[in-house]
Amino acid sequence: MKETNDEGAVQKILTTQLNRKTFLKYSAIAGSTMAIGLEACHKDDNPSMSNGTVDVGSGDTGILNFAYALEQLEAAFYIQVNASMYSGATNEEKQILADIMNHEIAHRDFFKAALGSSAIMQLQVDFSKIDFTSRASVLATAKALEDTGVSAYNGAGQYITNGDYLTLAGKIVSVEARHAAAIRDLLNPKSASFAGDDVVDPTTGLDFSRTPNAGNPSIVATANTFLKTKISATKLP
Amino acid sequence: MNTTKIFEALANEKNETDISRRDALNKTLKLGLKAAIAAIPLGLSSIMSNRAFAQTSTPGVVDILNYALTLEYLESEFYQMGLASSGLVPSSDMNIIAQISKHEDAHVILLKSTITSLQGTPVSKPNFDFTAGGTFADVFSNYQTFLALSNAFEDTGVRAYKGQAANLLADKAAGAVITAALDIHSVEARHASEIRRLRGFKGWITQSQANGLPAAIYAGEDNTMQGGKDVKTITSVSADAITEAFDEPLTMAQVLAIAGPFIKA
Repeated sequence: MKETNDEGAVQKILTTQLNRKTFLKYSAIAGSTMAIGLEACHKDDNPSMSNGTVDVGSGDTGILNFAYALEQLEAAFYIQVNASMYSGATNEEKQILADIMNHEIAHRDFFKAALGSSAIMQLQVDFSKIDFTSRASVLATAKALEDTGVSAYNGAGQYITNGDYLTLAGKIVSVEARHAAAIRDLLNPKSASFAGDDVVDPTTGLDFSRTPNAGNPSIVATANTFLKTKISATKLP
Repeated sequence: MNTTKIFEALANEKNETDISRRDALNKTLKLGLKAAIAAIPLGLSSIMSNRAFAQTSTPGVVDILNYALTLEYLESEFYQMGLASSGLVPSSDMNIIAQISKHEDAHVILLKSTITSLQGTPVSKPNFDFTAGGTFADVFSNYQTFLALSNAFEDTGVRAYKGQAANLLADKAAGAVITAALDIHSVEARHASEIRRLRGFKGWITQSQANGLPAAIYAGEDNTMQGGKDVKTITSVSADAITEAFDEPLTMAQVLAIAGPFIKA
């Protein structure tokens, strides 16, 4: 399992495609100038920025960056939760929320490293709608984020062309589903809610899956309610 | 009460009190693999012998769905029998077990119809022995044993689906099947999380901790290499957290070695 090359498999595949042409793209944004370094051959695959909105790009890179955006959001949320834990949290709640924070940080850092120079920027979050002193507000947000994460990975899976990336997405989505079940059980203990009929179709037994722009509100729109740096996925379904 | 004791009991039963629990587990698993190869249902056996066990070619979509169907048959019957065993599931947990049972039944129906729609033939349901030849003799009378096996089946199911995702990708026509497989996969993970927590464990898998279950179910879960990167070198969180954050796949052969002892023929 020892990797002799510093570059990971994901980055290796990306740069193999990209080495033929390397370029820097500069975007001027509303008063400030921001430089985003992008190595790209298929420049459409890569993220871009206009009017302050980060577009995740297309293809596998776009899907991985979309996942990276959601993981950034989740990590930031749980870091804030743990930094200002609501009063009355049980030891079990503290343990679960600390564990999930660490998992989301691992996911975030993994995507950043794997995407390398193709990664989107660090997104600024806006949690003004969340009352971090309220258990109900925190757990309801956690539930929404985890369920959204599950449906996002499930929906994007079939558009991933590289099998290794699909397996990686699979490794992460089941952990998000484990989180979702635990958070749902904290909200409605000992009920069917951990895999409730509102998320798992009772007839087919299938979890929800959604492409980034499907539904109203879409996953992109939902994510943007928590983001100061808005994202878009105009080149994904 | 707990599964460690179950496996200790297994060792005692065989008058092998001198061997360690690890040896007992290994022995059970070896028996399991033999049983699995001997007992794989008709139709599935050709997949296993010709493809997955040999690992020379990628199984086709119908082969993979029949493999999934076999696992869903197992889970479906397991929960049906559990719910039919009077006094087994405490009323406090009934909503949980009934919800899982409902999903496994639905997965069986969905997979059968999907296989048929792809012009395939669904494998028929094998005969199951949830005592695994007497190892879990009290599976339907001792709730802790029932939960332990439920935990085993759910975590194995998650790993089984994950292990086939990329194989489905190899079939260009499999787009909708990939989504369905992923949608089942995450449901199994929700189940696994809930059952693990009912047993008093975390909903996620730390390192390759088996919590008294056969070690093969968690083999490789301690991996920290992802996408060619050692995640330990790129994040500040602990190795335990990293292993929790990434669930690992199992091959068909590995899954059948685990499920084999429960399949009679």
